[in-house]
Amino acid sequence: MSSLALRRKKPDEPGIISRILFYFFLVLGALISIFPFYWMFVVATNGKDAAFQIPPLLTPGLEFFNNFARVLERTDFFRALLNSVVVSTSVTLSVVFLCTLAGYAFAKYEFPLKKTLFVFVIATMLVPVQLGVLPQYVIMAKLQWIDSYKALIVPAMVNAFGIFWMRQYIASAVHSELIEAGRIDGGGHFRIFWNIAIPVVTPAMATLGILNFMNVWNDFFWPLVVLKNRENYTIQIALQQLFTNKDGLDYGMIMSATFTATLPLLIVFLLFSRWVIAGLTSGAIKS
Amino acid sequence: MAETATAKRSEPAPGKRRFMTETRRSRLTAYTFISPFFLLFAIFGLYPIVFTIYLSFFKWDALGPMQYVGFRNYELVTGDPTFWIAFGNTLLMALMGTVPQLIVALFVAVMLHSALNKFKNTFRILYFMPNITSIVAVTLVFSTMFGNNGMVNWMLNSFGMESVPFNSGWWGVKIAISTMVMWRWMGYNAIIFLSGLQSIPTDIYEAAKIDGASRRQQLIYITLPLLRPFILFVTLVSTIGALQLFTEPYVFLGQSGTGSTRQEGVTMVTYLYNEAFKNGFFGTAAATAVLLFIATIIFSVLNMMLSSRMGGETGRGKA
Repeated sequence: MSSLALRRKKPDEPGIISRILFYFFLVLGALISIFPFYWMFVVATNGKDAAFQIPPLLTPGLEFFNNFARVLERTDFFRALLNSVVVSTSVTLSVVFLCTLAGYAFAKYEFPLKKTLFVFVIATMLVPVQLGVLPQYVIMAKLQWIDSYKALIVPAMVNAFGIFWMRQYIASAVHSELIEAGRIDGGGHFRIFWNIAIPVVTPAMATLGILNFMNVWNDFFWPLVVLKNRENYTIQIALQQLFTNKDGLDYGMIMSATFTATLPLLIVFLLFSRWVIAGLTSGAIKS
Repeated sequence: MAETATAKRSEPAPGKRRFMTETRRSRLTAYTFISPFFLLFAIFGLYPIVFTIYLSFFKWDALGPMQYVGFRNYELVTGDPTFWIAFGNTLLMALMGTVPQLIVALFVAVMLHSALNKFKNTFRILYFMPNITSIVAVTLVFSTMFGNNGMVNWMLNSFGMESVPFNSGWWGVKIAISTMVMWRWMGYNAIIFLSGLQSIPTDIYEAAKIDGASRRQQLIYITLPLLRPFILFVTLVSTIGALQLFTEPYVFLGQSGTGSTRQEGVTMVTYLYNEAFKNGFFGTAAATAVLLFIATIIFSVLNMMLSSRMGGETGRGKA
């Protein structure tokens, strides 16, 4: 691309060929990124063997509801969907609230050991999850939380990334004069947080909320460990259960379930994509 | 950040006669606000980590009494050929899934950032979309493409190549799983690189243009060196993530019953999971977790050393 531009002796204005090549690669990459979504839809809306036709079938069909009916025969799909909605929503509400609270304290208060504690919070992000998973399982068994939503919700109620994220945002977005003015007017600490800080930082809370919701919704390892009973499965476990070989793999059925489980997230993302991506490009990196 | 003026400063007014001075009250408030994290981390983070290390010296089935066995668990794990296969598989797939992915992500980020790109927002969204799907969904979709009569083999055949057994062959499984990892994470990492590109001030490029630097020279002598912290960060995070590979092989190979221990695709975490939750050997599973953690530290440090050396060379080349 660059050499072409050079040959034209105008490095600032690339020629038509490099423009075409540029868009060719850009569009090709974008197509690879979205093709599996389309393919999911194609297989979900065609008959059982659509996935393995030669040459591959690339047009949607009309079999979606038949396929999906077979999902409902094999698993309580909507129950699993509801479980995921309940768990993801509770975790997200809690994470957004508690991380904002902690981020606010780290950004706007002075207290002994503040720096040390904040570095500690960051450091916890680097420890792999699997290192603690066995004792966590034992704790859940002792608390009799196996097969309960509590096992999924309580340990996830606040996290280091969220605290870091909110602290960075609050430090620059909430003006300390506003807080002082609130104090002089005799407002309590929590009221100032609620009435002055929160309204200013809602964009960051929204980004954190969406990212967190997607993470919890998509989590597989921990629910797999603590959920034993079918009716408590989250949607990810339910999907994985459909993918077993007992009666031959029915890909139309599997993809109709996968598509239905992915759609809500896709819609949420497309509605709020500007916040998600702007959030990631503005503050994801510390150093 | 520096002017973190504090609630403390609004102290003077009333409250000095009371025991609860303004300073004390505000400190107490701050500790209360941050306490949920430390409380939950103590119970569900710190304690389990310490207990894992302790557990790795005991024989235990999670129910009966624990029996001290010294380093026996570590001997058992390191003496098990499957563990070493899992170790090798994990490293190989980490390499196959991460290295090409980050190189492509870097190019994509440069393209997304380029002034030639007139549809910046649209392309960003399209490239980011794979990351919102769950790993289970990604694995299911790709397993239809990587079936024996699937689309990928059809494409290989139509280019005159032989079919590859993607769900059973030694390399086939690894290629399929690495492709899934690449697809889900490439766009995400491109967006992180993009944030790095956006942080480079444009006047540096203008100065370079005046000095007659070509596009390629700008890329090599300005963009890449200034992007180094971002490249370091992304490589580190990807390495740590790659060592914990679990869901893709578990789901992809799970279609044939207890397939997750099949040698083509067993990883360190699937090994750990099976030891604990299939076989009931919590002691050896804990030893595996500790070994995984040590491997994570070693590879993170190696990673940083390698990246900083590369950075050093670029620096010299510049001078």
